[in-house]
Amino acid sequence: MKISFKINGEDITVEVDGNMPLLWVVRDTLGLKGTKFGCGKAACGACTLHVDGIAVRSCSYAVRFAEGKSVTTIEGLSIKGELHPVQQAWTDEIVPQCGYCQPGFMMATAALLNRIPNPTDQDIDDNIVNVCRCATYYRMRKAIHRAAEINNQKV
Amino acid sequence: MANKETKKKKGWSRRKFLIRSSIGVGVVVGTGYFTRSIWRRYLAGIANTLEAPYQGTTTAPGLWFEITAQNQIILHSPKVEMGQGTFTGLAQIAADELEVNVSQVQVVHAETMSGNIDTFATGGSTSISSLWTPLREIAATMREMVKNEAAKQMGTTRENIKAGNGIVTDGNDSFTYGEIVARVAEWEEVDTPELKDISEYKFVGKPVARIDLNAKVKGDPIFGMDAEMPGMLYGAVLRPSMIDARLVSADTAKAEGMPGVVMVVKEEDFVGIIANSYYEAESAKNTIEAEWSANKTWQYQDIANMIKVGQGDPQTIQKSGSTSGLAQVEGLVSAEYTSPMGAHAQIEPNGAVAHVEADRATVIMSTQVIELTRKEIARRLDFDKSQVNIKPTYLGGGFGRRLHTPNAIQAAVMSKAVGKPVKSFFSRQEEFQNDTFRPPTHHVLQASLSEDGLIESMEHNLSSGDVALGSPMLPAIVGQVFGSDVGAWRGGMIQYSGIPNYKAVSWRVKLPFATSWWRSLGLLANTFAIESFMDELAIKAGKNPVEFRLAQIDGSDRGYRLKEVIKAAAEKAGYSDEVSNGRAMGFACSTDANTPCAQVAEVSIEKGQIKVHKVTCAMDPGLVVNPDQVRAQCEGSVIMGMSASMFEKMDVIDNQLKPTIYGAYKMARMKHAPKEIDVVLLQNADAPGAVGEPPLGPIGAAIANAVFRLTGQRLRDMPLKLA
Repeated sequence: MKISFKINGEDITVEVDGNMPLLWVVRDTLGLKGTKFGCGKAACGACTLHVDGIAVRSCSYAVRFAEGKSVTTIEGLSIKGELHPVQQAWTDEIVPQCGYCQPGFMMATAALLNRIPNPTDQDIDDNIVNVCRCATYYRMRKAIHRAAEINNQKV
Repeated sequence: MANKETKKKKGWSRRKFLIRSSIGVGVVVGTGYFTRSIWRRYLAGIANTLEAPYQGTTTAPGLWFEITAQNQIILHSPKVEMGQGTFTGLAQIAADELEVNVSQVQVVHAETMSGNIDTFATGGSTSISSLWTPLREIAATMREMVKNEAAKQMGTTRENIKAGNGIVTDGNDSFTYGEIVARVAEWEEVDTPELKDISEYKFVGKPVARIDLNAKVKGDPIFGMDAEMPGMLYGAVLRPSMIDARLVSADTAKAEGMPGVVMVVKEEDFVGIIANSYYEAESAKNTIEAEWSANKTWQYQDIANMIKVGQGDPQTIQKSGSTSGLAQVEGLVSAEYTSPMGAHAQIEPNGAVAHVEADRATVIMSTQVIELTRKEIARRLDFDKSQVNIKPTYLGGGFGRRLHTPNAIQAAVMSKAVGKPVKSFFSRQEEFQNDTFRPPTHHVLQASLSEDGLIESMEHNLSSGDVALGSPMLPAIVGQVFGSDVGAWRGGMIQYSGIPNYKAVSWRVKLPFATSWWRSLGLLANTFAIESFMDELAIKAGKNPVEFRLAQIDGSDRGYRLKEVIKAAAEKAGYSDEVSNGRAMGFACSTDANTPCAQVAEVSIEKGQIKVHKVTCAMDPGLVVNPDQVRAQCEGSVIMGMSASMFEKMDVIDNQLKPTIYGAYKMARMKHAPKEIDVVLLQNADAPGAVGEPPLGPIGAAIANAVFRLTGQRLRDMPLKLA
């Protein structure tokens, strides 16, 4: 079936099985590889992207539900080449090790900051529930607080 | 830290370099190493006594550097980057001897076709330590060669040329290395110069930001999973969900008619579905009606019953003085500990993109064993290995999971069958059920105390499934040479060399499924057992556990370094035996691959659960190339080790390996991670040592020892659970 939606601000139409997970449309049909496959069952968060600003685990989100919506991936997080505050904070704290799960964490964090601009540690514990096997959680927590600070300075 | 480079120069220092001008863009310099493959020495290195030498190529000339006309230095690394920060360390080391800025250095994975091949693996915390001397020599030689050519072009002698920041000058004119290199028609060889004094280095020792940071923050397609080839199809492979299983039959009739399916490949050892998309390939695979058979219905308890000290083949791995009669001593202190089977659970599944043509195969993938994978593919395709080019990518986690990557064979076989490139990778369930697990272990510790409250005699008996043995990385002879499993030993030896009598014995058990390398190998479980027992002994002796340990370490260099990290951790954490504000501290330490590490965990009990608030980690990995990344390895190891100690356990229920998904397989996440991790780095050795695994050792015992102080409960089984 034909499905139309916005991807990182651009209108597109794809012709695929409507039940195909959005993840595979983004990665293989649209060629945006920043959104990762980890488990295929919404359990690890590596595939996190935004649908209308809400964090979604795209491996378990049928593409037909994206019809008419706006999808943002890690590639669309930075605006005009400038790093998003979350990416800037991740850079400042030198968070990534292997880096594979990091786009999912950054997307989850960006969505969290949209809802809660100054998250407490408890907010972070409750909302950032992705899996990082390199276990970069210690620096991630610092980076999340830092991203909030960068956001505050911009306002 | 010693400033002088005292490490003896090896025989290769005067070897000839192969020089080849690459067309128009620059020059490539490499070398053929003549390091013999001395298995015993290498494995002993893994077993934590000696250093592990670099297993470079011995036949093909390697390529290390390219210098482009734009003056960029491209380093072709034979080691892979899996998060450990090796690429950044190598760039720092190379930049200092090349006399270029580290920002000019780009590090890429060497393709096997390039010839720069590490015949062993990326693993064992050896990448920086094993390349420390060879890479500096190659870089220094490269620098001198550029200076030599500059001198010729500028009409002077090499002594009159100064190099710095990638620029050469004779005092009047200046040129970039790139400009010099672009004009070289034929290179002149030079001898390897003396290396610079470490005090002269500008980048080594500094917290240079990871060179892959920007790519990783932007989500660039750098992983094996992200690779594509033109016209690529997707392959799904039918894999067993049971241990010890054989495929009896597979009815693929339905799958063949599913949308997008291009071909069904039936081989003796697997069934593959090739389709236009991953979704279609997986959907079709899930319609296959397969029958599996197993010789026996296994339960976890069957496995646990096999892993018992006293069963299997014993091998004494360490002995000092005599411990005979220990079991009969009055007042014998004895305790048993266990650790469970653990999964790697790296997030990027194993996979490969393969393109097999009539006379060659190209494979893009994440692997820790480039050369082994190349050989395995060549064998299966009946190619010479020179016809197989592996293009390694960044790894979405290694942790030992990719020390055997035979999944590349399946991608290659499917590609050959369909005549197009094929991408194939594991589902998450397949990852959990076809993992090469960290084996379960059982430990018996016994000791007698002297009248002054010190250990008179101590024995550690450990039983473990295979770690190194049975791995296709090692020749079968290894098992015969060693008699037991060097991987299982790691951390199993007693580091308290001041004890008059001690002995460690390893019992080998062969399990019905693959167990293998898991970050730090036996270190995590062995240290949990030994260091928990040390705590029990200290309490029995009525001593402070830090003082108790310090009193039983000898005055050797190794002992000195261990004592220093113990003191540093205790001091930084303000270690105390007392429970304060509902929190207690636990202490533990280990020595792995010559890197001593001590940790203090600050713990409370919240809602009946163990909560780790703060971990202080003191480590002495010798010379630190990048303090920020060494810290990052400590932070990650602490939390990964916590995760394995407190939450993780694979189960076997009616032959099925379970769980098969994150969440059900419990792991530490953000809410469990300590909010404070304080890392203290000591450098009491003049060359870099192991970093990526040693800090995994102490954490389990440190937590358990803190829990005892809080609750009086001695937790002797991982994952740690309060009664």
